[in-house]
Amino acid sequence: MNPVWRWFHQLGSPPYFYRFATRWMPWFGLSALVLSVIGLYLGMAKAPADYLQGDSFRIIYIHVPAAWMSMFIYVAMAVNGAIALIWRIKLSELLFLACAPIGAMFTAVTLITGMLWGKPTWGAYWVWDARLTSELVLLFLYFGVIGLASAYDDVRQGARAAAVLGLVGVVNVPIIHFSVKWWNTLHQGETIRIMGKSSIDSSMLWPLLIMALATKLYFVFALLLRARGMLLEQERNKQWVREVLSPPQIAGGRS
Amino acid sequence: MHPIRRRRLLLILGLVVGIGAATGLALTALQENVNHFYSPSEVLAGSAPEGRTFRLGGVVLEGSTRRDGGTLKAHFVVTDRFKNLQVEYTGILPDLFKEGQSIIATGILQAGGVFAASEVLAKHDENYMPKEVAEAIEKGKAQKAVEDGAPTP
Repeated sequence: MNPVWRWFHQLGSPPYFYRFATRWMPWFGLSALVLSVIGLYLGMAKAPADYLQGDSFRIIYIHVPAAWMSMFIYVAMAVNGAIALIWRIKLSELLFLACAPIGAMFTAVTLITGMLWGKPTWGAYWVWDARLTSELVLLFLYFGVIGLASAYDDVRQGARAAAVLGLVGVVNVPIIHFSVKWWNTLHQGETIRIMGKSSIDSSMLWPLLIMALATKLYFVFALLLRARGMLLEQERNKQWVREVLSPPQIAGGRS
Repeated sequence: MHPIRRRRLLLILGLVVGIGAATGLALTALQENVNHFYSPSEVLAGSAPEGRTFRLGGVVLEGSTRRDGGTLKAHFVVTDRFKNLQVEYTGILPDLFKEGQSIIATGILQAGGVFAASEVLAKHDENYMPKEVAEAIEKGKAQKAVEDGAPTP
């Protein structure tokens, strides 16, 4: 078997995933922390002020990475939901459930920082334009997934029911992304483009890219942390969990 | 692939595509209502609601701002570079309000063709740059205008 496939299959096994998460979690957490400190320092202190908005533009270094993550996590969550529905892989159900609160957190951060940014620049905290409204719908979708999943006594059943809702909500992700292109909005258009030139000066772009990487690493850290805890709870009667949780037997008395 | 899994995969694909198509159709039908504002061209073509409050969006025309002395009343022209519309507003304008800047005004179109705004919000575009770069670009534009023989602004 292809080694990548084999690794994926192994990762689906709870004890293997537990060991993998325990080993790599600290590294993801640590690198996320270091990169956030660097990114925030460069963004808040080193990047030049904007010609039009002055210093208030600096909230971009939190708002935009959080907004990207709110959509990225939703897609990651939906992919795990689809795998859970089709292949009934236990770990995918857990990863699906673990994504939702992290995504909801990033969506809330996006909305709150956006409101704080909107007041000084636009003159209003909130308007009901297509971009702001669709992002608010995303928050409600996350809440719906969390609520529906917890309405079931059986975790696995709840995860599969919520996965259907999660998949229906995927339609909102392209709407959020293209809303500023398809309709007239108060929200600005795209600044960062993967294809073509971004309309931000490179001195202001670098801290933003560092923050984007930092939030991705934080997401992996938080996902592993949550899924690891849920896995222990769900598999608490299994032999491997007893072995993991029982204190190591030290031979030869005190060390 | 196992037939049951295959069926589930197709069901899920069908679900996502179906919801996507339904949402796409609904949004296309509601296009008018999802748009946050009308441009001056749309207003003058008659697509904005008459006698009702709506939002007007566009750029504040350079050299068009005029304030009545002793009051907070301001007059300016909003343009989409094709058509112009006269706007009047009484109140405090946002900090980013200036000529050449995009705004969104909420209000009613009056009989005389003047848009009476009750709220003015500033819209900023997707460009971010340091002040020095913005000044250099302005200087470059002015330089080019001189070389082209056009009158400098």
